[in-house]
Amino acid sequence: MQTIPKDKFTIVGVEPDSADIIARPPINYWKDAWRRFKQNKIAVIALIVLLLLVFMCIFAPIFSPYEYETIDKEARNVGPCAAHWFGTDKLGRDMFTRVWIGGRVSIIIGIAGALISMTVGCIYGGIAAYFGGIVDNIMMRIVEVLIAVPYLIVVILMSVVLEDSNIGTLLLAMTITGWCGTARFVRSEMLRIKNEEYTLAAQLLGVSPWKIVTRHFIPNTMGIIIVNITFSIPGYIFSEAFLSYMGLGIQPPGTSWGALASAAQSQFTFYPYLLFFPVLMIALTMLCFTLIGDGLRDALDPKARK
Amino acid sequence: MENKEKILEVENLCVSFHTYAGEVKAVRNVNFHVNRGETLAFVGESGCGKTATSKAIMRLWNPPFVEIKDCSSMKYNGEEIMDMDKKRLQALRGNEISMIFQDPMTSLNPTMTVGKQIMEGLMLHRHLNKEEARKEALNMLRMVKIPDPEKNLDAYPHQLSGGMRQRVMIAIALACEPSILIADEPTTALDVTIQAQILDLLSNLKKEMNTAIILVTHDLGVIANFADRVQVMYAGQIVERGTTQEIFTEAKHPYTWALLSSVPALAKENKQELYALKGTPPDLLLPLNHCPFAARCEYCMQICKEQNPMETELTGTHKVSCWLQHPDAPKVESFYDRRKK
Amino acid sequence: MGKYIIKRTFFAFLTLIAVVTITFFLMRSIPGDPLAGMARALPEETKQAFYAKYGLDKPLFEQYLIYMKGLFHGDLGESIRYAGRPVMKTIAETSPISGLYGGIALVLGTLTGVILGIVAALNKNRWPDYIVMFIAILGTTLPVFVLISLAQWVFGVKLGWLPPSGWGELKHMILPIAVSAFGSVATYARYVKASMLDTLDQDYVLTAKAKGLSDFQVITRHVLRNSLMPSVTIFAGSVVGVFTGAFVTERMFAIPGIGFYYISSINNNDYTMVLGTTVFYAVLFIVMQLVLDIVYTLIDPRIRVSGKK
Repeated sequence: MQTIPKDKFTIVGVEPDSADIIARPPINYWKDAWRRFKQNKIAVIALIVLLLLVFMCIFAPIFSPYEYETIDKEARNVGPCAAHWFGTDKLGRDMFTRVWIGGRVSIIIGIAGALISMTVGCIYGGIAAYFGGIVDNIMMRIVEVLIAVPYLIVVILMSVVLEDSNIGTLLLAMTITGWCGTARFVRSEMLRIKNEEYTLAAQLLGVSPWKIVTRHFIPNTMGIIIVNITFSIPGYIFSEAFLSYMGLGIQPPGTSWGALASAAQSQFTFYPYLLFFPVLMIALTMLCFTLIGDGLRDALDPKARK
Repeated sequence: MENKEKILEVENLCVSFHTYAGEVKAVRNVNFHVNRGETLAFVGESGCGKTATSKAIMRLWNPPFVEIKDCSSMKYNGEEIMDMDKKRLQALRGNEISMIFQDPMTSLNPTMTVGKQIMEGLMLHRHLNKEEARKEALNMLRMVKIPDPEKNLDAYPHQLSGGMRQRVMIAIALACEPSILIADEPTTALDVTIQAQILDLLSNLKKEMNTAIILVTHDLGVIANFADRVQVMYAGQIVERGTTQEIFTEAKHPYTWALLSSVPALAKENKQELYALKGTPPDLLLPLNHCPFAARCEYCMQICKEQNPMETELTGTHKVSCWLQHPDAPKVESFYDRRKK
Repeated sequence: MGKYIIKRTFFAFLTLIAVVTITFFLMRSIPGDPLAGMARALPEETKQAFYAKYGLDKPLFEQYLIYMKGLFHGDLGESIRYAGRPVMKTIAETSPISGLYGGIALVLGTLTGVILGIVAALNKNRWPDYIVMFIAILGTTLPVFVLISLAQWVFGVKLGWLPPSGWGELKHMILPIAVSAFGSVATYARYVKASMLDTLDQDYVLTAKAKGLSDFQVITRHVLRNSLMPSVTIFAGSVVGVFTGAFVTERMFAIPGIGFYYISSINNNDYTMVLGTTVFYAVLFIVMQLVLDIVYTLIDPRIRVSGKK
């Protein structure tokens, strides 16, 4: 054995602080989630692409030299060129401007639709779970009835009933039963948390119901709700595209990606670029939201937190 | 009792978890052996490497997230487990070495009857046909003292209580009469009264079948009643080992003292406050070149923060890794002894 | 168990009545005269005769009762657009066509999706996983009418292997089946992958491994059943999805199925037809859900044995 200087063998004991220093600093939940999200490179790229798309939707039409509804008889069906980057349609309208204007409608419908149904669903499901018993029973039966009609049928029927198609009526048609799924899932999440030990402990300690809701219910469901919003946005953009194809979507001169794509699909063998750009945007947006949703789910799931 | 044939010899076992934050060295150069028919207990705080060690013995970890380092050697009956191919490993698992897990609630397949889950191993390893396996499974249920075994053979796990399910787990594990049973905190999830029943059951079965048991636990009470030898683990290393007698009466490592002092003693007349060890174990992400316990040790010396102590052999069975055993170190009285007075 | 099924059936029946009621009043609340589009040119007497024929001269609530009564006898009224043509007959004639290619697409799509999902889960983060997820994402990022346009162009026009549209022969069915199946493939591949990964993490899988079962045995005996069970619950949605998805598919391929007629009756303001078909869809959906609910209780011992959810 090597020799060790004797003075190394005096007892120094525990330094008052050293034992209490936790090896790794505690990390705030959202910070931790963000850190993990950042590690998912695909999700980060998707987020950047999405932000870029949103940026273009907001600013491209403003700085474009063309108006989206201006008809130019001299420049009909021009292919993509320096003057018209995405070409023009059969009325000579600049597709570059139209694609971004359409993007505004599509993205607004997607996000607003998801937010509306999520809010309604959270409130409804939350109330059902909070009161329980007969209230819960009746509320859930109502949801069961509403869910029994296939979603697209409801949307078609509502669009027919509402006649005039603008963003507001479209959103109404799409969210009128769209929240039911959320309500069910929020309710079951709430019931799960209601039975968790920490909620029971908080109740035993006499924490007020309001505080239990804000401290336990909301933070513990927030992650999963955000993930759900992200995943449901593509659904609304898709439904709008479907309605446009049916002729029940946004009415001219207004437009959306779905409307542009469905207008172009009948003649796409002749003018493929008219179909290509709106479809590319739809596909990119779908892809981005799906990938971001995947990334968020992995980042926000507290169970996966190690 | 002098049955000293080594059934399992583990040398230099290293297990690493590859996490997003880096490599966590959960088990660091651990050496130990298990004799035929004895009970060896692993004790330590959560996250000290007990479970990592026990799962490593059956090679149950999935690469690439968990890696058993190549330097490790585990010899079962002289045969190197690290060199076993898939086929050999499957023949080993459940037949020669088997395992029961901490939570009987989630460890049984919810959509398969209890009987079928016991029969599976029997049909696989002992090549019994369905009827023979069923008969044997029924015997196993009787052996682990499940009431109304004929009926419960066809029950689904959710119809049984936690204690009953853990009995079923034991029946599954012991069905093929393995030489080693690894019990990873078998009673942690159960009521105290059920705990005692399960432990009684285990120790009776052990005698009947001459099975060696590796008992992983953080409950010193369980160990005192049940184990032949004890190894105290801290931060992925074994810091002290010895017979149960030696650990409970002549412990030499400050961490062992701390563990012993934190058990309530019922017989004490003058009630004293329970000892609570301050702080948390070191982060296993970081390299550790000194005594892992240094930061929490009342008797910490300068040397403890600079070098990892060698293992000192006190008796044939009792070994401790602590600088206090160095001839130059001051003689200290353990606070455990002090408290006993 | 028996009690549970009876209770479920009873609630399904109540749901059905509620759905029909809501749809009926919703359709009647559509602004404008149901006959306006075609009846304007008609003399007043003829118009009145029309109203009488369809019972539209009676008070709304009475109309509802008459409708409900007819419904119980399997009578959904007559088409307003094509006089003398019972709605029921149209449904009976067109739905088998949708059911035929839709059913094949559903079976093929579900099976392929489940298999791809399993393959992806077992090869997580390796190339089979990436390929499957690429297919799944492709299936969920393209609107179905774009997909159909592309398919028609590539296989019908460019390669000339298959007729781009039409109905009647076997070769007409191939493209619609492929396109309809694609959606199910994408849905199930993702769903089964997620549920399978979840099951692989369960403690009882470790128990099975510790027993000495081979990887193949662990998966076939312990993982598959438990991870496929939840997908039964989304199957009802897929069934109806095939029918509603058919709106676009049938219109673009010119298939005389129920979706094709549904869309044209919307465009023609053929209210009885729209109402009847909607009721048909709802019945289909509710019955499917009831059946799958019962199937689920049969395959999951946790519900079957204790008799409740």
